[in-house]
Amino acid sequence: MPVVTMTVNGKSVSGEVEGRTLLVNFIRDQLNLTGTHVGCDTSQCGACVVHIDGKAVKSCATLALQADGAEVTTIEGLAAGGDLHPVQRAFKEHHGLQCGFCTPGMIMTAVDMIRRKPELDEKTVREELEGNLCRCTGYHNIVKAILAASEEMRA
Amino acid sequence: MSEWGIGKPVRRREDDRFIRGRGQYTDDINRPNQTHAVFVRSPHAHALIRSIDLEEANAAPGVVAVFTGKDVAEDGLAGLICGWTVHSKDGSEMKAGGHPILAAEKVRYVGDHVALVIAETKAQALAAADLVLVDYEPLPAVSLKNSTEPGSAQVHEEAPGNLCFEWELGDKTATEEAFSKAARTVSIDLANNRLVPNAMEPRAAIGDYDAGRDEYTLWTTSQNPHVARLVLSAFVGVAPEHKLRVIAPDVGGGFGSKIFIYPEETACAWASKKIGRPIKWTADRSEAFLADAHGRDHLSHAELALDEDGKFLGLKVKTKANLGAYLSTFSAAVPTYLYGTLLSGQYDIPAIYVEVDGVYTTTSPVDAYRGAGRPEATYIVERIVETAARENGFDPAEIRRMNFVKTFPHQTPVIMNYDIGDFEASLDKALEVADYAGFPDRKEEAAKRGKLRGIGFSTYIEACGIAPSAAVGSLGAGVGLWESAEVQVAPTGKIEVFTGSHSHGQGHETTFAQLVSERTGLPLEDIEIIHGDTGRVQFGMGTYGSRSGAVGMSAIFKAIDKVEAKARKIAAQLMEAAEDDVVLENGAFTVKGTDKSLSWPEVTLAAYTGHGFDTAEIEPGLKESAFYDPLNFTFPSGCHICEIEIDPETGVTEIVNFTAIDDFGTIINPMIVEGQVHGGLVQGIGQALYEHGIYDEESGQLMTGSFMDYCMPRADNFPGFKLGFTPTVCPSNPMGMKGCGEAGAIGSPPAVINAITDALGIKDIPMPATPARVWAAIQNSATPKAA
Repeated sequence: MPVVTMTVNGKSVSGEVEGRTLLVNFIRDQLNLTGTHVGCDTSQCGACVVHIDGKAVKSCATLALQADGAEVTTIEGLAAGGDLHPVQRAFKEHHGLQCGFCTPGMIMTAVDMIRRKPELDEKTVREELEGNLCRCTGYHNIVKAILAASEEMRA
Repeated sequence: MSEWGIGKPVRRREDDRFIRGRGQYTDDINRPNQTHAVFVRSPHAHALIRSIDLEEANAAPGVVAVFTGKDVAEDGLAGLICGWTVHSKDGSEMKAGGHPILAAEKVRYVGDHVALVIAETKAQALAAADLVLVDYEPLPAVSLKNSTEPGSAQVHEEAPGNLCFEWELGDKTATEEAFSKAARTVSIDLANNRLVPNAMEPRAAIGDYDAGRDEYTLWTTSQNPHVARLVLSAFVGVAPEHKLRVIAPDVGGGFGSKIFIYPEETACAWASKKIGRPIKWTADRSEAFLADAHGRDHLSHAELALDEDGKFLGLKVKTKANLGAYLSTFSAAVPTYLYGTLLSGQYDIPAIYVEVDGVYTTTSPVDAYRGAGRPEATYIVERIVETAARENGFDPAEIRRMNFVKTFPHQTPVIMNYDIGDFEASLDKALEVADYAGFPDRKEEAAKRGKLRGIGFSTYIEACGIAPSAAVGSLGAGVGLWESAEVQVAPTGKIEVFTGSHSHGQGHETTFAQLVSERTGLPLEDIEIIHGDTGRVQFGMGTYGSRSGAVGMSAIFKAIDKVEAKARKIAAQLMEAAEDDVVLENGAFTVKGTDKSLSWPEVTLAAYTGHGFDTAEIEPGLKESAFYDPLNFTFPSGCHICEIEIDPETGVTEIVNFTAIDDFGTIINPMIVEGQVHGGLVQGIGQALYEHGIYDEESGQLMTGSFMDYCMPRADNFPGFKLGFTPTVCPSNPMGMKGCGEAGAIGSPPAVINAITDALGIKDIPMPATPARVWAAIQNSATPKAA
């Protein structure tokens, strides 16, 4: 089996994978980083979003081998040195999560969204969340949290 | 009051693990030597199983075992049960067909469970499942529409004509009399569309048998682990109750779908003993679509009788409810006692009569989904009231106001006794917040932009907290519906609360701790809320029907009463004071009118040292339990006003304003309650505009079996919501709570459809009102006008 090597949350990791192994399975099953979730099988829900070289990617639609040599950040790696990322803080402050299952993907998507679009407004946030499903919050407070974090990070 | 007490928007404690990716959901758990399970599912809606050939599958790489219904039967396991028995008009008991763990002779829906394949890896189990050769003899599919037609195929032999029950409620004669006297009548035919719950975490289970102790542990995505243990032991016979521990760890949403006891977790627990290794199963989303219990799916005809002035005289409803292929855990209760009993709405209707035919079809079982019966009832009432207003020239707000129940308690003709409410208060506030008076101007302005603007009302009431055990028992429930709690105070004063409620997004670890903080004066960090484990929590009925506040917290409240009473006794002896003079305030016991005081930890430590008080009179230790049985259902109510704009070119409906003013009684944490409303509204609006579980009439195949086909509500489908509260304090429980988890999904669908039909000037449009349907409705209604 081929060996894949990548940096995950700042640590170099490698492991044997099958050609068909998805990045999300490598992260969850081989690295035991279970914060990244699988909520569907059609790349619709976004619970599996991680960052590859700083960009939000659905890890259920990426082969582990495609991330060979890449810099991967999962939800577990977002709080650098233990301090929460402003987006994590905002999700708690604005009650942007309930059951927590979609939350890692939502947060990883939001971080990338804010990076790409420093001047976010509500309409843009809602459109940008097209690829992330939440069944609990009605999105209301997720949108609020992302806007608040965006504002804080701009300041 | 402590800074974390009742009424404070305390930020959630559980968030700290979820936002860091440290939650522990069932699929995140792995057991040593674990195997992986995959279920072979029926590709047919309805078929006889002629034979099953396991030879190739057994020989496939990594396969540990393959089991079929024959193995289940040989081990003497019974099938799954429905915990609620309803009776037909003629007094006969509902005709329940068997609900096998693995189908041995016949499959009854696409996704039905035929074999369990266990292998070293999930990939190996999936590959081997493809090698299980099942020889089927297909039979015709049975749909909701054709189920009771002569000549339809029979889903269960026990239920001729596919009729499980023909239920009725109310006074038929009185209702007929009301109609005979009526100056005006209106009628409407309504479909309540089938929904797929789609909690974001798919169901999962790990069965783990410990041969040394002869004990089973089952990790499962459950809203009520104790009920799962009871069913699996007492009814299915997997293991004796004291030899089975069920753990529901972090659970990623439920909405009803995780109340039920399904074949998958049952099979994993059972088979773990057979193979002597842990077995893990995790549904993929496609399986969730096929095999989670779905919601709603009613066809109804309703008639309302009114007098000349618009006062309601009587309501008649006839409903055909889809039960699916098997009776799921609570399914018989949903289209009967959770539905017919709410048909009085917020109105004083002197006579009501409802008939419900519960029918079997070759579709996934149908059971409780957020609201469970009350959204269906509210849809009937609020659509026909709106129709009555339009057809008779009444203002939709004023016809409601005229007919509101205004004095309490109010006995409806359909069992419920409304204890308190103020329906005019929520209506008035909603009219103000939604700026109802300004609507004509907004409509005119929208028309200038080429948009059709409409406004729709829904003044709903629902019943939560289910309910006094004696009452539900008399209506057919097989269980009591109390809740239990234990409050255990450690010698250092730290508190552990063991609750039978289960949190899968509701924030109990925060709100329940707020109650304890309010009562004891301790900070939240000194209070731990423990739930979801039959090995730690003494008992519980679980979380559904918006009952965790009104029932679950009331049990905690009662247990704290006992803890406080005992601690005060101890404190009184320690301070040599009369017990009545000792008060607990701000985390200290004080003798009234003196400077004598002992801190909470001083007293709790003494409780365990047994020093300074008479242990012959007062037992050492400080741990108390309570079982709380509610006095009545609770009755959350409110008014939703939806304003929409339709683009006539495309048929796309945009929600431009949505106002929800609710009466939930006492609110512990307004931030969490608002979050519950937001989520409920999106599920309700999702039903009205987007979601539809569709089975092909001919083949019985699920046509909407993925997120590519089933339209889930997305963030850009909604504006922000305008919420408000007009609480009346519930007299039936110690804190005056009513429940908030389902209200959004109950009140909103008729508000949306009333708004669309208002904009289009039509009587009805079926849910979901997709752009295609709206566009077609515009074309259809435009044609006669042009001609």
